[in-house]
Amino acid sequence: MPTSTIKSRYLQGVRDGAPFLFVIGPFGLLFGVVATEAGLNVLEALAFSVMVIAGASQFTALQLLVEDAPTFVALASALAVNLRMAMYSASMTPYLGKLPLWKRAIAAYFLVDQTYAVSLMKFERDPEMTPAGRFAYFIGAVTPLCPLWYLFTAIGAILGNAVPDALALDFAVPITFLAIVAPMLRSLPHVAAAVVAIVLALVFAWLPYNLGLFVAAIAGMMTGAQVELMTQTKAAQAKAEAET
Amino acid sequence: MIDRLDLWIVIVGLGLGSFLLRFAFLGLVGGRELPAWLSRHLRYTAVAVLPALIAPLILWPGATDGQIDPARLSASAVTIGVGLWTKNVLLSIACGAVTLYGMLYLLG
Repeated sequence: MPTSTIKSRYLQGVRDGAPFLFVIGPFGLLFGVVATEAGLNVLEALAFSVMVIAGASQFTALQLLVEDAPTFVALASALAVNLRMAMYSASMTPYLGKLPLWKRAIAAYFLVDQTYAVSLMKFERDPEMTPAGRFAYFIGAVTPLCPLWYLFTAIGAILGNAVPDALALDFAVPITFLAIVAPMLRSLPHVAAAVVAIVLALVFAWLPYNLGLFVAAIAGMMTGAQVELMTQTKAAQAKAEAET
Repeated sequence: MIDRLDLWIVIVGLGLGSFLLRFAFLGLVGGRELPAWLSRHLRYTAVAVLPALIAPLILWPGATDGQIDPARLSASAVTIGVGLWTKNVLLSIACGAVTLYGMLYLLG
């Protein structure tokens, strides 16, 4: 594959990933602020973001440490929040699985909500991409996002309480995820999966260790798969009837 | 004050654990074909996980101590509406943010 194509894939990734700066920035800033309030210094807050690179689980771990929960509980709860990453990993495997192991390891480290969502949207829409092209695109999407996650964590930790609550930074995440998901709701199975997942996430929100999310996600995925099967059977039946 | 040893155990443990979760399938399954039923389920990962993750945050935001908040609810509605209508991610985020700040200002 010519390098020019790889380079253009990379640049496409950068372009598609860049809008999510508007999420990564506020969210990273918020984590830095909250970490400072919890008594972490800049280095510790930054180490959190570089090692873990998953905002929601970082907030969970920090919250539980502040509440004096046992270390094991803090660790297990935060890991439970990140169980979805295993699902992202599985979902990316058909697209990136043929890459050499070291590239898969790099992709795994950078597999976060935004890089996953952006890349999946692209890979689904453009089935002609080669594994190398997909990797270039993925790294392109990582480029404006992950380094900024580190940077904004550090800025938040340095500014600390100087960042006013009125900025409502907490809502950067819901708004972006809504914006990412809405265009994905393009067929009945997708809508059904989302509706079931939302209802169950609310019903099971009381479960400890964020297990409600897990229950809701699995049920949503099963719903999507079932509805897909049903609509396919119906379409096949209609076609058979039309032909006879 | 958080105990420093506890903190570093959590940082390092969570970092390694999160990497292993992300590496689980990409690293171990690799180029092998997944069975049809599994890939059928995986197609719906994003539309199931992401809404489930944010639904409680939208209805019961931590910033308002879990109270339903009209500003955050209308920002969510606008973001979904613009997203469904235009399929433009950045535009949806912008409209959602404008709605959020506008409503916070009006209601504030």
